[in-house]
Amino acid sequence: MRPFALEMADTPAAATNYATQSAGTYLAGGTVLLDLMKLDVIEPQTLVDINALADTYGAIEADDDGITLGALVRMAEAERHPAIRRDYPVIRDALWQAASPQLRNMASLGGNVLQRTRCSYFRDVSWPECNKRAPGSGCAAIGGNNRRLAVLGVSDHCIASYPGDFANALVALGAEVGLRSADGSERRVPFEDLHRLPGDTPEMETNLVPGELITAFHVPAGPWTRRSLYRKVRDRTSYDFALASAVVALHLEDGVVAAARIGLGGVAATPWRAHEAEAALTGRPLDEAAAEHAAEAAFAGAVTHGGNDFKPELGRRTLVRALLEAAAMEVLP
Amino acid sequence: MTIQGPIRPQPFSRIGKPTPRIDGAAKVTGRALYPSDESVPHAAHAFLVTSPIARGRVAGFDLGDARAVPGFLDFLCHENVGGQAKPPKQMAGGETTTTMESDRIWHDGQIIGVVLADSFEAAREAAFKVRIQTEAEPPSATFGSAGTTEEQREDEQKEDFAVGDAEMALAAAPVMLDAWYETPTQHHNAIELFTTTCAWNGRQLTIWEPSQFVYGLRGNVAQQLGIEPADIRVVSKFVGGAFGSKGGATARTAWIAIAARRLGRPVKLVATRDQGFTIATYRAETRHHLRLGANGEGRLTAVSHEGWEVTSRPSFYNVSGTETTARMYAAPNILTRVAVVHADRNTPGFMRAPPEQPYMFPLECAMDELAARLGIDPIELRRRNEPARDPVTGLAFSGRHLMTCFDRGAAEFGWNRRNAQPASMRDGDWLVGLGCAASTYTANIAASTARVTLRPDGQAQVRLAGHDIGTGAYTVVAITAADRLGLPVGQVTVEMGDTEYPPAALAAGSSHTASITHAVVRACDALLAQIATAATASNAGAFAGREPATLSLRDGHLVAPDDSSESLADAVGRISAGAVEAYAENVPDGMPADAIGKLYQGQLPILRGQKRVDMTAYSFGAQFVEVRIHARTREIRVPRMLGAFSAGTILNPTTARSQLMGGMIWGLGSALLEKTEIDQRAARYTNDNIAEYHIAVNADVRRVDVMMLPEPDGAVNPLGIKGIGELGIVGVNAAVANAVFHATGQRVRRLPIRIEDLL
Repeated sequence: MRPFALEMADTPAAATNYATQSAGTYLAGGTVLLDLMKLDVIEPQTLVDINALADTYGAIEADDDGITLGALVRMAEAERHPAIRRDYPVIRDALWQAASPQLRNMASLGGNVLQRTRCSYFRDVSWPECNKRAPGSGCAAIGGNNRRLAVLGVSDHCIASYPGDFANALVALGAEVGLRSADGSERRVPFEDLHRLPGDTPEMETNLVPGELITAFHVPAGPWTRRSLYRKVRDRTSYDFALASAVVALHLEDGVVAAARIGLGGVAATPWRAHEAEAALTGRPLDEAAAEHAAEAAFAGAVTHGGNDFKPELGRRTLVRALLEAAAMEVLP
Repeated sequence: MTIQGPIRPQPFSRIGKPTPRIDGAAKVTGRALYPSDESVPHAAHAFLVTSPIARGRVAGFDLGDARAVPGFLDFLCHENVGGQAKPPKQMAGGETTTTMESDRIWHDGQIIGVVLADSFEAAREAAFKVRIQTEAEPPSATFGSAGTTEEQREDEQKEDFAVGDAEMALAAAPVMLDAWYETPTQHHNAIELFTTTCAWNGRQLTIWEPSQFVYGLRGNVAQQLGIEPADIRVVSKFVGGAFGSKGGATARTAWIAIAARRLGRPVKLVATRDQGFTIATYRAETRHHLRLGANGEGRLTAVSHEGWEVTSRPSFYNVSGTETTARMYAAPNILTRVAVVHADRNTPGFMRAPPEQPYMFPLECAMDELAARLGIDPIELRRRNEPARDPVTGLAFSGRHLMTCFDRGAAEFGWNRRNAQPASMRDGDWLVGLGCAASTYTANIAASTARVTLRPDGQAQVRLAGHDIGTGAYTVVAITAADRLGLPVGQVTVEMGDTEYPPAALAAGSSHTASITHAVVRACDALLAQIATAATASNAGAFAGREPATLSLRDGHLVAPDDSSESLADAVGRISAGAVEAYAENVPDGMPADAIGKLYQGQLPILRGQKRVDMTAYSFGAQFVEVRIHARTREIRVPRMLGAFSAGTILNPTTARSQLMGGMIWGLGSALLEKTEIDQRAARYTNDNIAEYHIAVNADVRRVDVMMLPEPDGAVNPLGIKGIGELGIVGVNAAVANAVFHATGQRVRRLPIRIEDLL
């Protein structure tokens, strides 16, 4: 860890000013940021502590149009919220299966969606090759140990996997993310546009402009949100990242899929929405054959690198399981 | 004084009764001081600089940015201190890799420099700013890597066996099982990191470091630095997990001592988690070729077990668990061989159940495979091959109750509800499998010493340089002394973990309880002898003129067989108003007379159960595991484990249960989760942290039943203690693999068993 300045922001304007003028990095729960600073992976000159903005960005509000989650809501708070438990079970599922209770008590939702990859070669600076950490240096994971790394959305420059859970629910449910820029203007963009594919610039992980602050997530209501779940498959029963996970939200009419929202985790470079799988299901009765057809579509573009050769198969099975379980859910009217 | 001859038999009064840890409250309230907790005034802080390559040379360091860090004090490397220390002597395997003695790089993560600064933060920052220049050579990572060399292990400490003609018997066997198995690299990952604090006072060096052998560490550092052992004190009152990793001296200690001498102030090192993977030892990966020959009734005609183990370039460290697998089952023809494979790696070392954990896995899987092939229940197969005597030496076993463990365990576990057909049991979407395997471990004991004092008010104190590595050793010492002195456990205080006290043996190999309690008993008996002699020699008092050997200590009194008694106030006070003190040494039967002299020098005089000339001494157990495997996504979960163990005298069922259970849980993690991943190109560990190196968490561990079967074994040693530290883990890996086979019909012979093995 290197010396750094710590600025305490007590208003949104102060936060974006610090972030813009001092090239500051926002600090909320710190569960990823401080970890990577101690490992010398990142060396921010200035941290801008935004925890005092919880009055502005720390609420959960639900109405008929959907639910809005403030960026400074802690993961543990959201997981316990009655509207989420009742109307958006997939969000609760994705939250409580992440990390440990201690980490979920600290981690903010805004920080959580920006979680960095767990790729060993990214997190250990003694490896010279990592295009994400040192652009142009190469990718040690290709040809190295890549069991946990991505098979969807990867490039020849980076196969890092996005490790989070919650963001997969947001992307599948068509959420929007609220942003505040340094000049005080606010905008909303589709959550699906927040993260960037690695391509040949894996060091650029999001489309945020410098100083921009995530303020909230807006999840639209829909007839599929109550029939929704998150199926996470991992080596350990708890406190483990997904080897493969699936978000499924279904609107069924007489057993036929009227609408499907599908996300994938643990297998992709970014939070991943499986549009092809959604299209494959729509209008069909949800049976095992339909689920397998959708899963095939979801992983049609998978690229593997040895250690993660099993992931497309595990990912397909995980999605099939999630689809069949969601179809069988007892759902409130 | 060495008191030899039989220990006086005495019915146990405290031994075997559940007793809470006497240090438990201190541990859970933070009052227990671990070595790095020691507050050393004006200490400087060290941060290690380690090699980023696995083979080559250090070409130089650019220290410009590091020196500029405020608080930077000094940088040590081969250029300025290389000649000041020799490498630590290894307890096994001969030579080991060097660190800062020269520019040579033997392995990834080798210590090549030490940054010293006023604070930990400054030392860390400066260490990150040291620019290392190296000359790299292509490294060899593991089995199958180009550039490795293989050699047959020499018969120095370990033996190979050739009984009968195994090759001929295998060729003629009606049924033969021939299979290869693999176990992975694993690291101990104790929660307490590798720490060292050193302070000099003139010529006197004090070292605070978590250790399983404080006299061993003292002797080793003295040898490394060329100073007298008497000028070194090692303090290790509490150890936050060791599992073998803190048994031998590592290179870091001498360098921190040298750093403290250069600076003229104390130096504290707390190495990081990832550094712990390469500055200490680990369990090397192993390969096995196992062949069993049997007749149609399942009686073994031949057992052949060949093993391969990875080690560093200079070391021939190996565990050679074939010494145990050759003795498990009655077979007239036995062949064992072990080879070591040298790679560009750090030197491996002891890790919980060093030989048996990796070597019982292939044997106990193979027995399960043979049972399935013959259509015989795996427990019945073992019964048909139960040996009357040690199949290798022909010696009698000192208690062998393996089948009792299987039978009692099976009844409790509900083994009879198992449908023998693989992939036949199911609960909803989950496939159900039941598996079992044998556990065993050698019953070992080492020479040890102890000092006991008793005051007229009935307060006793026991001092010895023993080690409580989380096992409950403080408590069993207190129980033993209380038992022998006729006192409540609460009136005994125990001081350990300090070379100021009389030496105790290495806390490892399931030997520590047996080793130290026999010394404590002898010291207590010597104390009793003093008190009894004084009482009988006195002209006054209840026992004047009686035979001292008839007296004993009971319920706070000196008592005679006719129940006449005298209070401790009188009996002890007759000698001293302060305290009566006795020191004693225990040299187990069959050990050389110079054992205590070696112990004082920091060597380990140990009598191993498989090396005895009078008997073969092992403890035994049976492991049972239920697995559930999701039919579609193949997660492997373990709702239930049961272990039934026969291990002689259990001094404290409370801590023994925890220790056996901890071993079983580790076995579960070892079977399904634990693996140190090695980058094959660079010969470097890539998951060197406990976020990515997985151990079992609470949610993985559901019901765990521990059965401790009574086993009086007066032959193994006077107190009948056979040791439990390793027994709990052995065989769990095979029981899990056998259960996975039963659930799915898929036989996985490589650990850990993961989802992708079952897709």
